[in-house]
Amino acid sequence: MLLQHAASAPHPLNGTVAEWMWLLPLLPLVGFVINGLLSLVPATHLGPSDPDVAHDASHGQAAGTNAHADDHHAVARHRFAGLTSFVGPAVLALSFALALAIFVEMRSVGEMHTPFIQQYFEWMPAGGFSINAAFQLDQLSMVMILVITGVGTLIHIFSVGYMQDDPGYPRYFSYLNLFVAFMLVLVLGASYPVLFVGWEGVGLCSYLLIGFWFNDKANADAGKKAFIVNRIGDFGLLVAMFLLAANLGTLDFVGVSAAASQLGFASVLVTTICLFMFLGCAGKSAQIPLYIWLPDAMAGPTPVSALIHAATMVTAGVYLIARSSALFSMSPAASLTVAVVGAVTAIFAATIGLKQWDIKKVLAYSTVSQLGYMFVGVGVGAYTAGMFHLVTHAFFKALLFLGSGSVIFALHRAYHATHRDDDAQDMRNMGGMRKFMPLTWGLMWIATLAIAGIPPFAGFFSKDEILGSVFLRARESTLAESHWLGIPGSTVLYAIYAIGLAAALLTAIYMTRMMLYTFHGPNRSGEDERKHLAEAPWVMTGPLVLLGIGSALGGWLNLPHFAHMLGPDELLGRWLEPVVGESQLRVTLGRVPEAPGNTELFLIGSAVAIAVIGILIAAFVLRPARLVPKREAPAEEGLERVLLNKYYVDEAYDRAIVQPTVSISRGILWRGIDQGIIDSMFVNGSAALAKGIGRIGASLQSGQVGTYAWVLVVGVLAILGAFTLR
Amino acid sequence: MLAEALLFSAVLFTIGVVGVLTRRNAIIIFMCVELMLNAVNLTFVAFSQAYGVAGQIFVFFVMTVAAAEAAVGLAIIIALFRHKQTVNLQNINLLKG
Repeated sequence: MLLQHAASAPHPLNGTVAEWMWLLPLLPLVGFVINGLLSLVPATHLGPSDPDVAHDASHGQAAGTNAHADDHHAVARHRFAGLTSFVGPAVLALSFALALAIFVEMRSVGEMHTPFIQQYFEWMPAGGFSINAAFQLDQLSMVMILVITGVGTLIHIFSVGYMQDDPGYPRYFSYLNLFVAFMLVLVLGASYPVLFVGWEGVGLCSYLLIGFWFNDKANADAGKKAFIVNRIGDFGLLVAMFLLAANLGTLDFVGVSAAASQLGFASVLVTTICLFMFLGCAGKSAQIPLYIWLPDAMAGPTPVSALIHAATMVTAGVYLIARSSALFSMSPAASLTVAVVGAVTAIFAATIGLKQWDIKKVLAYSTVSQLGYMFVGVGVGAYTAGMFHLVTHAFFKALLFLGSGSVIFALHRAYHATHRDDDAQDMRNMGGMRKFMPLTWGLMWIATLAIAGIPPFAGFFSKDEILGSVFLRARESTLAESHWLGIPGSTVLYAIYAIGLAAALLTAIYMTRMMLYTFHGPNRSGEDERKHLAEAPWVMTGPLVLLGIGSALGGWLNLPHFAHMLGPDELLGRWLEPVVGESQLRVTLGRVPEAPGNTELFLIGSAVAIAVIGILIAAFVLRPARLVPKREAPAEEGLERVLLNKYYVDEAYDRAIVQPTVSISRGILWRGIDQGIIDSMFVNGSAALAKGIGRIGASLQSGQVGTYAWVLVVGVLAILGAFTLR
Repeated sequence: MLAEALLFSAVLFTIGVVGVLTRRNAIIIFMCVELMLNAVNLTFVAFSQAYGVAGQIFVFFVMTVAAAEAAVGLAIIIALFRHKQTVNLQNINLLKG
């Protein structure tokens, strides 16, 4: 005890504001409780209490015109909307303020090499194995906490404007607060099981928010799809945890990192653990083959798409791999798998994004594609680059989603004012929105340039760092020396680099397409609607502006070395060094990879050239003026239709997995086992057995006293005989 | 003397058992039951000569109970006869399951 105490000097964060880190998830949880209680009060109804009556009346008056049939407009705003508007964002802002205070404290104590761990209670004692409910704070979780609470606060404020008139407003905010609470548990957890609590919790909140408008069956189905697909991934994460517990005897991040080298470099065991863990990440972060839920998840309110399905929850997989970097850097095969899956996902989703008409679907596939980039980054052992792209992506993708939300909001309001029932998310119904929403237009262009990789916007630096890391590691690293399915690692890495460049080209094309169709060209919404189009209120544009600043200047978080004249370089890299530095060096043969000056210039030049070419292709090939509104559009043909239908992957999964599962469940499990064996043998069989025994027993009871007397006498004689002869 | 008394009571008891088992008429069965009781009484009396007066006292108890049983039993048989117009036990199987 004494020795142990002497060995571990008190952590530098002891007694500082970091002691309050348990308050970070608790504050949103309090918000969840308050808003949840408010949501139990039903929304007030204005006018005729039955919306159908009002609907019929409007039909009668406006015979012939296109009366809108959207029922949820007939219900008024919730009576506690004002209180919710305050509580919902306020708890997040407090949490963000606390996170900032802790961050400042961490900066001031200097470099810390061990995480600051707080243990609360023993959660699962099982013999010699024990799991504590503990939170840990280190540089990696700090980055995530700042992104979650910072971007989260902005999106909460945006939601006030976007969702205020919804009758389920307090319910919406209670789910959103609960999500943030669980997300913070995920990144604060000091062990895999605590992380898993947050992991499952954010999955639950994602399900609840995707199906927020559950009156529409498609939305409820999308929620179920997200939930079920995520369960497949969670199975992988659970198996990885079991394997870790069985082989290392611990599930704490500190313990696992320390003991990871026992597993043996490139051993089958560590590869198995990493691959199962990656299955979990692929589920949560929407990678092939489990990406299918994310585009459907756009059924939720748009701020939800921004917060959960772009900025935070879907990046949990990237965080988990960075957190488990000690394991992944032990297994080149698993790392290469992560990178290959990421690269294939990046290009696959980008091609689908080329042909979507729903503005949110474009952004959804773009998110899948960008998550692929992050996995390429963490897969090749460039954990800093992956986390860097995670942060910048949180800025520009949140901005893109919120900007699209503001466009949808404006169009929706216009349709509402003119009582027209049309698709407010289809880009064919937009066009020329620049005139009506100049601020949103400008900010969206910043985000588009950022995601396309045009310097000096945020995405340029992060995407360039990922692609550069792939290129350098293809030349010399443990990954390049190993083999992946028999292919030399360096070949694989060069291929990943090429795919990454191709995906960057497609990214530039589809994002420019989205901007052209939405904001440029003639307006296609309709004569009457045009008068009602207007910029969103300040409560929505304010967060957009802040996110715009983040998208423009996010690159300064981790400037590459050659750009040191612009400011301090590699801030994030140095910040994360104590957490992932060792693992990164293991991948790069113990050296910090350095590229010769001209190679670096070539890499940057080709990345920028590709982005510019993409934007120019889109600008010259696409003709927004030729577009017609959705209702008049002809059906697509050939490859366009394949892309519009997302390569028919959903249909293929349906045939290959869902239908066989259903028919096996119905034919064998239900008809065969449940009805055939359990029902007929055990349930009805035991009844028949009891009945048969009863019938025999009943026939013994003849009611004849004489028979009973005989039996009695025979019995007495038998007993007497037995005693006598004994 | 004891041996003859025990033998006699055994004969009486067996006649009673056989009567209960073989006869159909409820009254006769009832009488056979009484016969068995009295066979037991005889045994008690026979043993009381050797082991003290307690056996004779017990006989009084048995006779009292037998008297009460006769009263109740005959009343049941009469009630049964009124109900079924017979005292033949083969025709009476109300306890059948």
